[in-house]
Amino acid sequence: MNTVVDILSWGFLLAGGAFCAIGALGLVRMPDFYTRMHAAGVTDTLGAGLMLFGMMLQAGLSLVTVKLIMIGLLIFFTSPSATHALARAARARGLQPLLATGKGPSKRS
Amino acid sequence: MFAGAAAALLVALVLALARAVLGPTVFDRVQAANTVGTLAMLLLAVIGFLTGRPDFLDLALVYGLLNVLGTFAVLKFFRYGDLGDPGEDEEHHT
Repeated sequence: MNTVVDILSWGFLLAGGAFCAIGALGLVRMPDFYTRMHAAGVTDTLGAGLMLFGMMLQAGLSLVTVKLIMIGLLIFFTSPSATHALARAARARGLQPLLATGKGPSKRS
Repeated sequence: MFAGAAAALLVALVLALARAVLGPTVFDRVQAANTVGTLAMLLLAVIGFLTGRPDFLDLALVYGLLNVLGTFAVLKFFRYGDLGDPGEDEEHHT
């Protein structure tokens, strides 16, 4: 039973690490500020969530798991509000989103 | 396996710092700072597990709190021009 939990938590940890890297890569490669915020959201939600859950599995029922739950709740509540404040501030300062150049829905042609 | 997760986090940190340097607008940099804060929080937790010291999780929690407050303060400064007066409604500060 113990090895199953270990392997499961390693899987979650690596998946979380991968999503953090993917989110950060999206943060770099996205063309526009507002799309980069979506990429940063991937890091905050999936990356952090999977990693924290992987660590909770490693820690089992103990004070460490309670602290990990606290960190998870912190990210759960503050990350969306920070992103919201960021979007409003950028929008209020007149940062225009990068819109399509009016070709209509992008077709494969 | 924690080392693998820590390595992935370091790669993500480097990419986020690259965005912080490249970011044309100030809000890109604030976004990168927010992401670096979250990643640093996770890295603290992973290092705490690696070295077997549970008190690193308290550091991660406090770091996360301070990071969010810092983000709000910077945003309020760039949004309203200063931190001094109580934030009026949006109409006054077009």
